[in-house]
Amino acid sequence: MAAVEKPVSQVNTTLRRPVARTEAAHLIRPRSRVPESLRILLRNPVSIAGMLIVLGFVIVAILAPVLAPPAIPSEPFQIPRDGYQAEPRPPSARHLLGTTQGQYDIYYGIVWGTRTAFEIGMIVTGLTVLIGGTLGAVSAYAGGMVDEVVQRIVEIVLAFPFLLAALVLATVLAAKIHNGLVTGMIALTAFGWPGYARLIRGDVLAVKEREFVLAAHCIGARGPRILFRHILPNAMYSLLVVGSLDIGTYVLTFAALSFLGLGAEQGYADWGQLLSFARNWIPDLARFWYIVVFPGAALLLFVLGWNLIGDAFRDALDPKMRGIRGA
Amino acid sequence: MTQYIIRRLLILPIVLIGLSVLIFAMLQALDPVERAALYVTSPPKNPSALADIIQKYGLDEPIYLQYVHWLNRVIHGNLGWSKTAQMPVLGALVNYFPATLELALWSFIPIIVIGVWLGIQAAIHHDGIIDQFARVFSIIGYSFPTFVFGLLMLMIFYAALRWLPPGRLSDWATAIVYSSEFHRYTGMNTLDALLNNRLDIFGDALRHLVLPALTLAYVNWALILRVTRSSMLDVIRQDYITVARAKGLPERLVTNRHARPNAMIPVATIGGLLLVGLLNGVVITETVFNYHGMGWWAANAALNFDAVSVLGITLFDGALLILANLVVDVMYAYLDPRIRLA
Repeated sequence: MAAVEKPVSQVNTTLRRPVARTEAAHLIRPRSRVPESLRILLRNPVSIAGMLIVLGFVIVAILAPVLAPPAIPSEPFQIPRDGYQAEPRPPSARHLLGTTQGQYDIYYGIVWGTRTAFEIGMIVTGLTVLIGGTLGAVSAYAGGMVDEVVQRIVEIVLAFPFLLAALVLATVLAAKIHNGLVTGMIALTAFGWPGYARLIRGDVLAVKEREFVLAAHCIGARGPRILFRHILPNAMYSLLVVGSLDIGTYVLTFAALSFLGLGAEQGYADWGQLLSFARNWIPDLARFWYIVVFPGAALLLFVLGWNLIGDAFRDALDPKMRGIRGA
Repeated sequence: MTQYIIRRLLILPIVLIGLSVLIFAMLQALDPVERAALYVTSPPKNPSALADIIQKYGLDEPIYLQYVHWLNRVIHGNLGWSKTAQMPVLGALVNYFPATLELALWSFIPIIVIGVWLGIQAAIHHDGIIDQFARVFSIIGYSFPTFVFGLLMLMIFYAALRWLPPGRLSDWATAIVYSSEFHRYTGMNTLDALLNNRLDIFGDALRHLVLPALTLAYVNWALILRVTRSSMLDVIRQDYITVARAKGLPERLVTNRHARPNAMIPVATIGGLLLVGLLNGVVITETVFNYHGMGWWAANAALNFDAVSVLGITLFDGALLILANLVVDVMYAYLDPRIRLA
C-alpha cells in the first residue's frame, strides 16, 4: 500500500486532506513552545529508545573503519569477496554473519551499509525539504497564479504512485548515469518533495497574516526579505521535524529500489542490495536464513529508530494528547 | 455539492494529461536509438533495422509531435501493445487488475476488523497494557520493510514448513481455471471458484493469498489502528459522553452506541484511501510473492523500459486515485453533516 511504500510526508498530506485546514492552526505555535516539546521527548521512554537506536547506528557508521577494516582502503564501500562460489555460506569465524551469494561478506556489508544509509537518508531528505520547502513557501507567499500553478504541479506529482514513479525515473536515468546510488537518490528526490510543499504552504499562509509581517511591510522591507527572514523562520518548524523524521522512510524506499535491482550496484555496501540476493534463493531460505535475517534486521532497526522518535514527537506536538491520563 | 463534484471531475483530465507529459518528458532522457530498442526483442540483423523502427514509430520527431500521435491513439482507445504482458495494454489491465483487487480485498478485511477493534481497545484503556502493546505492534509493523517481512514469511511458511507457496495458483489449478469448463466471471480466483462451485480451487487460491495478504495487512495495520485510537480518544472526552455516563448508562453502551459511531467517521475515509493505496502500491509485495497482478506488471514494465505499459498503468492508477479521493471527500461530508464542501 502506498502508506508503506511512500514517504510519511506524502501519506499524511493525502490522508489528512479533509481535515488539514482545521489542523493547520495548531501546527503553528510560538517558538517558546519548542523547548517544551523537546523536554517531553526526553522524558518519553519510547523516544529515548528510538534515539538510542539511531545513536547506535551513528557510532557504527563512525567506527566502520575499525569495526570492519576495508581490504582496499581507497574503496571501502566495495564488499570484500571470499571466492566466487554462488551458494551462500553460514556464519563462521572468518565471516561473522556468513556470506551471501557470490561470497560477499554480510558483516562487512552491514557495517559499511550504515554509512550508505545515513548518506542516502540525509541527502534525499535535505534536497526534498529544500525543494519542497522553497516551492511551497514561495507559492504561498506569492499567491495568485504562482500558487495556482505550483499547486496543480503538486497535485499531478502526487497522483503518480510514488514507487512506480521512482522506478521509471531510476530506470531511465540508469541508461545515462552509471551510478545506481545517484540515480536512486535523484528518483526519490524528484517525487518526494510535493508533500513538503503542501506542509509548508499551510504554515506560511498562517504566519503571513501576523502583525510582525505587516510591520516589516510598513518599514519598507521587500518580498524576498520578508519571506526568508521574517516568515520562514517562524513557519518552518513542522517542516524540519517532519522532514528529518522521514530519513528512515527514504532509506526504506531506497532499499526497495535496490531490492528491485535499481539502486546500488552489486557488491556495494548497501542493505537493500545485500537483501536483493535473497530473491534468488527463496525456496532455500530455510537453509540460508542469514542472508535475509541480518541485513533485514539492520534495515528494520534503522527505520524503527527514526519512527520511534517521530511517534513521540507527534504526540509531543499534539496538544490534545498532552498530559491526559485515562479516559 | 453537485457543483463541487463537477469541479473536481474537471480536474481529472488535466491531471491525467499532466501525468502523461511527465512520463514523456522522462523518456526523453533516452535518445532515439535507445528508444527504438524498446521495440525490438532480439539484436537487429542489419544495421538499417533500427533506423527503420525510428522511422516507423516517428521516434526522431520532435517530442510534442510524438506526444500528439500518442494522445490521438489513446483517445481512439488504443493504449498500445505491452511488451512485458505480451498483450494489448487494455487487455493486460483487464487481466491484472482483478488479481490486485482480490489481494487488496483479502488484506483489507483483516486490516479493518483487527485495526478498528485494537484501536478502540487502545483508546478505552488509554496508556494501559493494550494501548502499549498496540503501539509497539503498530510501530514495528509500520517500520518493517515490506520485502523483508515478505521474505521472512516465505522463509518460514514456504521454505521451512512448505505450507504456503508463492505465486497465484498451483499448476493443476491454473489448468482448470483457464479451461473452458471454468467460467471466469470476475477474474478474482477465490470468487470465481465459489461461483463455479469448486472448493478445491478456492482452497488453492486462498493458500496462495494468505502470505501476501498477511504481509500487506501487517505493514498497514498501524494506520487504521492509530486513526481509530486517536479519533476514539477525541470522542470519549466530549461532553455528551460525560452526559451519557452521568445518566447511568453502562460503560459498554456508552462505548458501543454513543462513542463508536462518531469515532468511525475519520476511519471510514482513511479506510477508503487505504484501499486505493493497496490497489496502487502493491509493487513490492506482488514482486516478492511472484503474484501476477498490477504491481508485478508495473515493476516488470518499469525495469524493462516498457514505456507503453508504464503509461497505461500510470494513467489508470492516477485516475483511480483522483476518483477515490473524490468519493472519500463526498462520503466524509455525507457521514458528518458538519462538513460542508465548497
